[in-house]
Amino acid sequence: MTTTLVTPSPRTRREPTPRVTAKAGAALHRPWWMPWLWCAPAIAAAVVFGVFPFLNTVLLSFTNARPLGGPAAFVGLENYTRLLGDASFWSATWHSVLYALVVVPLMVLLPLLLAVLVEKRIPFIGFFRSAFYTPVLASIIVVGFSWQWLLRDDGLINGVLLATGLTTEAVPFLSEATLVLFGAMAMTVWKGLGWYMVLYLAALGNVPKELHEAASVDGASAPRRFLHVTVPGVRPTMLLVGTLTAIGSLRVFTEVYALGGATGGPGGEARTLPFYIRDVGLDPVTGNAGFGAAASVALFLLTVGFTVLGQRISRGEGR
Amino acid sequence: MRAAFGLAGRYALLLAVLAITVGPLLWQLTTALKGPGEDVYGDNASWWPRDLTFDNFVKIAQEVPIWSYVTNSVIVATLAIASNLVFASFGGYMLSRPGWRGRRAVFLLLVVALMFPFESIMISLFLSVRDMGLVDTLAGAWLPGVVGAFNVLIMRAAFLAVPSEVEDAALMEGAGEWTRFRRIFLPSAKGAMTVIAINSFIAAWDDFLWPLIVLRSEENFTLTLGLARLSTSSFGVDDKLVMTGSMISVIPVVVLFFLAQRWFYRGVESGAVKM
Repeated sequence: MTTTLVTPSPRTRREPTPRVTAKAGAALHRPWWMPWLWCAPAIAAAVVFGVFPFLNTVLLSFTNARPLGGPAAFVGLENYTRLLGDASFWSATWHSVLYALVVVPLMVLLPLLLAVLVEKRIPFIGFFRSAFYTPVLASIIVVGFSWQWLLRDDGLINGVLLATGLTTEAVPFLSEATLVLFGAMAMTVWKGLGWYMVLYLAALGNVPKELHEAASVDGASAPRRFLHVTVPGVRPTMLLVGTLTAIGSLRVFTEVYALGGATGGPGGEARTLPFYIRDVGLDPVTGNAGFGAAASVALFLLTVGFTVLGQRISRGEGR
Repeated sequence: MRAAFGLAGRYALLLAVLAITVGPLLWQLTTALKGPGEDVYGDNASWWPRDLTFDNFVKIAQEVPIWSYVTNSVIVATLAIASNLVFASFGGYMLSRPGWRGRRAVFLLLVVALMFPFESIMISLFLSVRDMGLVDTLAGAWLPGVVGAFNVLIMRAAFLAVPSEVEDAALMEGAGEWTRFRRIFLPSAKGAMTVIAINSFIAAWDDFLWPLIVLRSEENFTLTLGLARLSTSSFGVDDKLVMTGSMISVIPVVVLFFLAQRWFYRGVESGAVKM
C-alpha cells in the first residue's frame, strides 16, 4: 500500500557469515513448518492484498462486474476498446503523466538544495530540520485547506499579486481546471520536500568531505562545488528520488480532491488516472468494476514503464 | 567577515524556508483560535487572532461528530500500528534467519507484492472487502494495511544487522527461539520499529482514498473523511471550524513525531531503511 521501490542496503545483501556450530544446532531445533508459521501473516497479506488483487484486476478487466455485486459476464476486449475511445480516459492519463513531468524535476532538485542548506550542524539546525518535516506529517486533506487559502480569489497569493500590480484581476487558481491541477502539483512538491530532504541528508553524509575541501582549496565557488562535487556524489539518490516521485505522481488522487472537490475540478476536468478509475469503477450506481479494472491495468502498465525507464537511466549512468 | 555573512545568509534562507513550509499550517492554527466576528480571508483578516479563543474546539462538536471521527481514526491507526509491528517482526525475523527452505520464495513474494500501486488494485480490493462483508466497517478500513510488505523487509534488514556473537552467546546458554527473538532481536531493532510504528500511524491516520471508498455512513467516518464532509457542508461552511478540525488532525501526529524523532532518525540513519 505504501511506496513501491526497494533498494536493499549493502547490509541486507550480505548473508550472515556461516556459523556452523551454533546455527546448525538452532536449525535442528526448528521444525520445518515453524518458519512458515512465523511468516504466515506476512505471506497472507502479500497474497490477499497484493498479488491476488492484481491478478483479479486483470481478470476483471475482461468482464462487466459491478462494484456492488450481481452477475458478471465475460466481455472479451470490450472494456479496452471502450477505454481507448474514451476522451476522459486520455485526459486523465495525460494529467497523470503531466503531473510526473512537472513534479519529478522539482522533487529531484528542491529537496537536495534543502538538504545542502540544513546539512551543516549550526545552532538550531535540529529545529529547522524537524520543522521542514512537518508538512510530511499532515494529511493531504488538511494541507488542501491551507492551500485553498493560498489559492482563493481573495487568498494570499492573489492578494500579493494584486497588491504588487502583477495582475489586475484575481487568478482563478481554484476554478480553472488546469490551474487546479498545477496547484495540486505545487502542493505535492511542498508536502514532499521534507521527506526527500531526509533521504538526501543520508546520502550527503556519504559524500567524502575531502572532495569538498580539495575543491575549496582550488578556489571553486559554492555553486561549482554543488555541481561538480555534491551532484555526482548523490546522483544514485537523485535517480532513486526521480523514480519514486514519477511513480508517486501516477498515484495522485487526494491532492486533486482536496483542491478541486469531489468532482475532480470543475466538470471533472482536473481528474488524474486514479480519480478516473474510482469514478468509472467504484461508483455504487453507475460504476463498472470491469471497465475500471481495464483502466487500472493501464495505470499499472504506466507505472511499470516509469520504473523501467528509471532503471534504464540508472544503469546507463552506472557504466 | 565573509564567514559571518555566510552564516547570516544561511539563517535568512532557513527562516524563509521555514515561513514557506510551516506558514500555511501556522495560519490554520491561528485561524482555529479566532473569535466569531473575525475575518478568515481577505484584506481584513489578521495573522494573529484579535479575539483569541478556544471556543471553536467546543463548537466543532456541535457541528459534526468530530470525536466519533477521532475515535474511529484512533481505532484504525492503533490496529494498523499493532498489526504491522507484530507481523512485520515475526516475518522479518524468520526471513533474516538462514537455514530453512522457502526463505527466498517468501522474500520474492514480498518484493512482488510491493510492485502493485494501491490505486491500480483498489477496485479488486474493494470487491474482496465487499465479499468479506466488511464494507462500511472499521475492520474493512484497516485490513488492506494489516502488514505492509515493505515493513517486513525493514525488520528483516534490522535483524540481519544483529551481530552474530550476541546470538551465539544466547544459544550457548540454551535460550530458545522465542527467548532469543524477545530478548535479543527485538530490543536491537527499536529504531526500525519506531520507523514502522510512525509510518503505519501516519499512513492510517492521514489516509483518505481507501476510507472514502470503503466507509459509507457518517458514524464510521475517519477524521480525514469527516473533515472533507465538514468543509463541504451544504449549510454554509465555517472555515474556523474546518481549521480547528485540521488542528485536531495534525497536532497528535506532530506531537507523536517529536516524541519519537530521536528513535526515528536513528532508525533512518542506521541504513536499515532506504526509503
